Amino acid sequence: MLTASRTLLSAAACALLPVMGLAQSWSDQPVDPAKHEGEFDAAYDDDGIYYNAEDIVTYNVQDDGTVDWPTFSGFRRYHAECHVCHGPDGEGSTYAPKIKNSAVHMGYYDFYDVVVNGRKNGNSVMPHFGDNPNVMCYLNDIYVYLAARGMEAIPRGRPGKKEPKSDLVREMEDACMG
Amino acid sequence: MKKLSLFTSGLALCVATAAYANDDLIKQMSDPAQWAIQTGDYENQRYSELDQINAGNVGDLQVAWTFSTGVLRGHEGSPLVVGDTMYVHTPFPNIVYALDLADEGKIKWKYEPKQDPDVIPVMCCDTVNRGVAYADGKIFLHQADTKVVALDSDTGEVLWEAVNGDPSIGETNTATVLPVKDKVIVGISGGEFGVRGHVTAYNMETGEVDWRAYSMGPDSDILMDPENTTHLGKPVGPDSGINTWEGDQWMIGGGTTWGWYSVDLEENLVYYGTGNPSTWNPAQRPGDNRWSMTIMARDIDTGMAKWVYQMTPHDEWDYDGVNEMILTDQEIDGEMRKLLTHFDRNGLGYTLDRVTGELLVAEKFDPVVNWTTGVDMDPESDTYGRPAVVAEYSTEYNGEDVNSTGICPAALGSKDQQPAAYSPRTETFYVPTNHVCMDYEPFRVAYTAGQPYVGATLAMYPAPDSHGGMGNFIAWDNLKGEIKWSIPEQFSVWSGALATAGDVVFYGTLEGYLKAIDANTGDELYRFKTPSGIIGNVMTYEHEGKQYIGVLSGVGGWAGIGLAAGLTNPNDGLGAVGGYSALSDYTALGGQLTVFALPD
Repeated sequence: MLTASRTLLSAAACALLPVMGLAQSWSDQPVDPAKHEGEFDAAYDDDGIYYNAEDIVTYNVQDDGTVDWPTFSGFRRYHAECHVCHGPDGEGSTYAPKIKNSAVHMGYYDFYDVVVNGRKNGNSVMPHFGDNPNVMCYLNDIYVYLAARGMEAIPRGRPGKKEPKSDLVREMEDACMG
Repeated sequence: MKKLSLFTSGLALCVATAAYANDDLIKQMSDPAQWAIQTGDYENQRYSELDQINAGNVGDLQVAWTFSTGVLRGHEGSPLVVGDTMYVHTPFPNIVYALDLADEGKIKWKYEPKQDPDVIPVMCCDTVNRGVAYADGKIFLHQADTKVVALDSDTGEVLWEAVNGDPSIGETNTATVLPVKDKVIVGISGGEFGVRGHVTAYNMETGEVDWRAYSMGPDSDILMDPENTTHLGKPVGPDSGINTWEGDQWMIGGGTTWGWYSVDLEENLVYYGTGNPSTWNPAQRPGDNRWSMTIMARDIDTGMAKWVYQMTPHDEWDYDGVNEMILTDQEIDGEMRKLLTHFDRNGLGYTLDRVTGELLVAEKFDPVVNWTTGVDMDPESDTYGRPAVVAEYSTEYNGEDVNSTGICPAALGSKDQQPAAYSPRTETFYVPTNHVCMDYEPFRVAYTAGQPYVGATLAMYPAPDSHGGMGNFIAWDNLKGEIKWSIPEQFSVWSGALATAGDVVFYGTLEGYLKAIDANTGDELYRFKTPSGIIGNVMTYEHEGKQYIGVLSGVGGWAGIGLAAGLTNPNDGLGAVGGYSALSDYTALGGQLTVFALPD
């Protein structure tokens, strides 16, 4: 729970940042990966969890398509918790926006804030997941998965090959899920 | 003769006890010029005696008038017509319009409830609503936030309100309600939030609770008599709603009740189905999980269950059992039988004796269904009535954290709530179906009140090696358990069907077409592309001697979420999307009623 409280604090710190884009259904705010070149490049990893140069979690896709474990985990958790509104593979629905693009446009901290606290725009409502361990314990995973989708680093569907689950990931998951 | 005398004495008893508040509804439903209940009639046949529009002239159909609902969300259900008034509902915020058909559809009154938008994200899969109900000069609206409102049908004035559930624990509503006798029968949604499903009867005059029956829990909660409530002819025994669960899981056990309800007044029974047990991870809820996935027959006055039949014990695929129960009287081996026919999400078409709950037919209504080899029909067998599960497609057998692939149908079922129609003239059921399969991977999940409680990842795709589309519209023989003919559709058919005495069957498609087909051959006779995808149900009425066909457009619902961006097809290679499959290439959001008629 230490992890969770730390991230909650950082989320609260950015709550005042302006929120990008309006939650509209079936809307398309395309991502041009070229304009985000380098932003998601992995600078280093800590036992299978990858970070960019600004110490923000990111995905890592090898040449043969093997994805890091958190990206695969994010795929699984996204399709349990999020896809009933945001559609398969983060592709959006008649009901909620293409969240794969939102992850790239918003960046980690805004994305985190909205998932934790939710937000409203008339009858378009994102719920708050701050007290849902099935989301919060995997929020970094969901973020890197969606960022990888938005940046077209991975195709639609279930990632074919993945790195094994590391000891650190296992420890963090057990500590968080209780 | 014995049967007849029993029946008449039963009637006499009824007359002696009460003049029912809904005698009015029975009268309105029996007038084919009206559409007084969402389901067409208490039997849920969705059949109209009107025949001015028929197989010979339906090709000349034209748009007579249209109405914009002002809401751009999935539009399920249909308008009602009672007298000179049409009642049109919308998805959230659940506006109700009363349109004066005698004055070119002028708005007589409009009711817009105040609801907290926080209910929106607690609704799984769009903010649909399957329409209002009418009885006794009242319009009944069951809002998204579970408030049930009775409105004066002439003025829109609120007569009473009742709160049926608690959105903060994930209880919401998408369904219509059923007015019967002196009651309004009301279900609940929230199976993906760990809700314990229930059905509640409210007093039609006052809005007070007459009874509530849960889907699982102690006998006093589920309103079952251990000795007299039967499952496939045998008493259910004590604690049946607890002893097939481990620990307290039944308290968040699902089994919600968001489908359609039908009624046999002679038997004094109301019929409905219950939804999936929660979570979607079967390993977290050992046991049969009674009475999720169950056809229920309950006494209208007391709620006591007469018989039940659990179709999918210990669900492993999210095959909710909520689809409509269609009541027919048909001859089997020279004897007239009172039947109940049900097309389940699990891909099996069931025919039962609706008096006793005896299982007569259980057959696949889509040949690609592969999770079961079929239902054990031998009453002497220990597994009587149970589907034989194929290990390869068993997410329980394969276990947590294993991706079971190629399961047909997908979680949305071979058919979802979109109701079928039945024509007594052809003795045929007309069924909108899905033709979609899935991969399903269950995993451990924690419960938090009011938060999604799913515990599985799934990927859906068109049925492999089939016609390439994601739907079929089929004609079904419920006595033989056979498909008579089948029309392939590019997308799942998510619209309720209508059959008429003109031997025409109508349905809508997700691209937005209203289609009319020949009731005997399935030949297409007419199509018109409405402004948005159709997930509403086709209805008909007559005004000043002219027959009309009405349908709501407005894509959304599960279909709008699952199919909007298209499905990936593993046969096309990982991540490839068939060019045909994105619904967003064909239609956009909408909210419109389109009414059709023959030219003057």
